[in-house]
Amino acid sequence: MTLAQQTVPLFDWGWVGRNLDTIWDRTLEHLSLTGAALLVGMAISVALAALSLWRPSTYQPIAGAAGIIYTIPSLAVFALIAPFVGIGTATGRFIIAQVALIGYTLLILIRNIVTGIRSVPPETREAALGMGYRDRERLVRIEFPLALPVIIAGLRIATVTVVGLVTVTSLLGLGGLGFFILDGLRRSVIFPTEIIVGVILSVALAAVLDLSLLVLGRALTPWVRRGAAR
Amino acid sequence: MSGFLSEVAEWFSEPGRWTGADGIFPRTLEHLWLATLPMIIAVAVALPAAVWLAHKRRAEFAANAIVNVGRAVPSFGLLILAGVFFARAGVDLRFWPAVVALVALAIPPIFTNAYTAIVTVPPATVEAARGLGYKEDEVLWGIEVPVGAPVILAGIRISWIQVLATVPLAAVLSSGGGLGQYVVRGFAQGPGARAEIFAGALLIALLTLGADRLYSVAERAVLPAGVSRLASEDVKAVASAS
Repeated sequence: MTLAQQTVPLFDWGWVGRNLDTIWDRTLEHLSLTGAALLVGMAISVALAALSLWRPSTYQPIAGAAGIIYTIPSLAVFALIAPFVGIGTATGRFIIAQVALIGYTLLILIRNIVTGIRSVPPETREAALGMGYRDRERLVRIEFPLALPVIIAGLRIATVTVVGLVTVTSLLGLGGLGFFILDGLRRSVIFPTEIIVGVILSVALAAVLDLSLLVLGRALTPWVRRGAAR
Repeated sequence: MSGFLSEVAEWFSEPGRWTGADGIFPRTLEHLWLATLPMIIAVAVALPAAVWLAHKRRAEFAANAIVNVGRAVPSFGLLILAGVFFARAGVDLRFWPAVVALVALAIPPIFTNAYTAIVTVPPATVEAARGLGYKEDEVLWGIEVPVGAPVILAGIRISWIQVLATVPLAAVLSSGGGLGQYVVRGFAQGPGARAEIFAGALLIALLTLGADRLYSVAERAVLPAGVSRLASEDVKAVASAS
């Protein structure tokens, strides 16, 4: 086995050239699995963060529960849901992966939304009150924009985390870039090219999304940099 | 539903399930050892380096970059890549690829948090210590490290959780991977193995949550009383979000 493996090159550019279509498809698949989890995760987190801001006594239990989900290894989360949804169908596998991925985003997103809103200076809040802003208006027009840098920081961490976790969903038989990692390993002779492509593209995807969110965050909150420059 | 639960109960009561070669006890031990050894190595490497560099205010860029790079590399991919290189070297895949990958995975949070912890100790505190005649070594180990302890320990905890989460994935490489073996094997077999998948996941979840609790208890025991009063939830939030 060792001898045979020496004959497989560490990286075979020819394979990459022949499989550009598949690579592109798997990358898009990875992106859509990531995007779906982040969108739903963000929606749930906003709702739960709003609840914990409105009723502060709910924050500890919510953060505690999200913390427990975050601590449980992804493989175990997939496997705990699997028997109830069934891994026999593509839809079932998709739901299992999404439930787990969404679960992982909650802790980071909720914590950063709540911390961000709570760290708005009391003077600012007073000023808004004095100017006649009502509760909801003040939250949306004053506190939320000021909390945006912290919220986006959380979104960046969640994004990079989910991109990495999507590679694991290949164990469920889902696509994404993890498919290459697993396929390269499970061939009769390990094929490193496929594994390296899967890992590098996953890192690249995480980096591109992280950078895009950084840029988006800066564009949305120009006052942060102006303040820092002074 | 009750049919499924009795399937799971049956799985737990099969002969040799607990103490056999593939049993729950040896698998748990393997799991814990695969998590603990890389953590010991990572702390031994990253902690002194980070603390010393931070004290000297060197390599600030590296301290920030290392955690971002570390987060972007998928642990699953890193593990399999380590497997590829060890396979090419003809080494057995059950132990070393996992250890090497997990050390690499554990270092960034430990390093960055330790670095941040030291750098953010209030300058007035450090100056006061110098004024009292503390030598540089004493400033570092007697003042900066204890004051920064909550953030340092929060970093070690992040690594600990990540490592615990990645150990089961090592089952993809070999017949090892601790309790992860049940789940990975089960998934490969398909829906017929649902009891084994579920039971394995239950064991992994319990072991991880237990190990995490254990860390919290140890953390409280280690933290100096005065420092632990200062460390609010905010410190932990910032530390793990940085």
